[in-house]
Amino acid sequence: MAGAINLLLQSHPINSALSLIVVMASLAVEYLLLGAEFLAAVQVIVYAGAIMVLFLITIMLLNAGKEEQTKGSRVAILIGIPGVAIGSVLVAWTLLHVPNLQSVPIGALKGDPRNIAELLFHDFLLPFEVTSVLILIAIMGAVVLASRPEAVARGPRKDEA
Amino acid sequence: MVPLSYYLVLSGILFACGVIGFLIKRNIITIFMSIELMLNGVNLSFVAFAAQWYSLSGHVFVFFVMVVAAAEAAVGLAIIIAVYRTRETLNVDQVNLLKL
Repeated sequence: MAGAINLLLQSHPINSALSLIVVMASLAVEYLLLGAEFLAAVQVIVYAGAIMVLFLITIMLLNAGKEEQTKGSRVAILIGIPGVAIGSVLVAWTLLHVPNLQSVPIGALKGDPRNIAELLFHDFLLPFEVTSVLILIAIMGAVVLASRPEAVARGPRKDEA
Repeated sequence: MVPLSYYLVLSGILFACGVIGFLIKRNIITIFMSIELMLNGVNLSFVAFAAQWYSLSGHVFVFFVMVVAAAEAAVGLAIIIAVYRTRETLNVDQVNLLKL
């Protein structure tokens, strides 16, 4: 049911951030149907909240106007679109004709935060800590990249000034 | 009871939309959104398989993918701002300094 609605949404061209927000929200509903309550909440908070706000702020900050039509990449148009179409049709045909794919039991798996946290902090503790370091590096990189060049040059590296 | 193949087809369609957008869009921000769309398609198939095999590892993996996507979006948008500051454009066809 939600899948059909989502499919109809996906036939639209994805050219604006708002349609991407709709996609994120319907994916959160899908996660909720599949029993992943924690992931649905995280999807709404992280994607629809943080990432889309970042995108919108960047669009607003850079004053992105109408996009020019593509004229350069002939190779991408000539090879990419038929390739993607053939690939997706092949995948869909295979999936619809393989008989032993059972149905997904809705709501049988409890993806509530308690179970996920037990798994996350016992079995996946090392990847979790590595992820925190990755986030820290990303924050520092974003700050350095987005700051003004003269501000970076006034920093420890004097030779660039 | 929804067949697993429906979720996989939807995930494939999301991924295909991301690839198509990545290939035909010339605005660098839209290209970034296409990448996010591809990540979301993969996440959906992870959650669907996790629900089928009664394993929560898929959920944890989706969590990590989301974290990496957030970090990537932050760094990428910072790069976009830096590119716009130096090149005064968002069109990837005009960012051709590495072209022969």
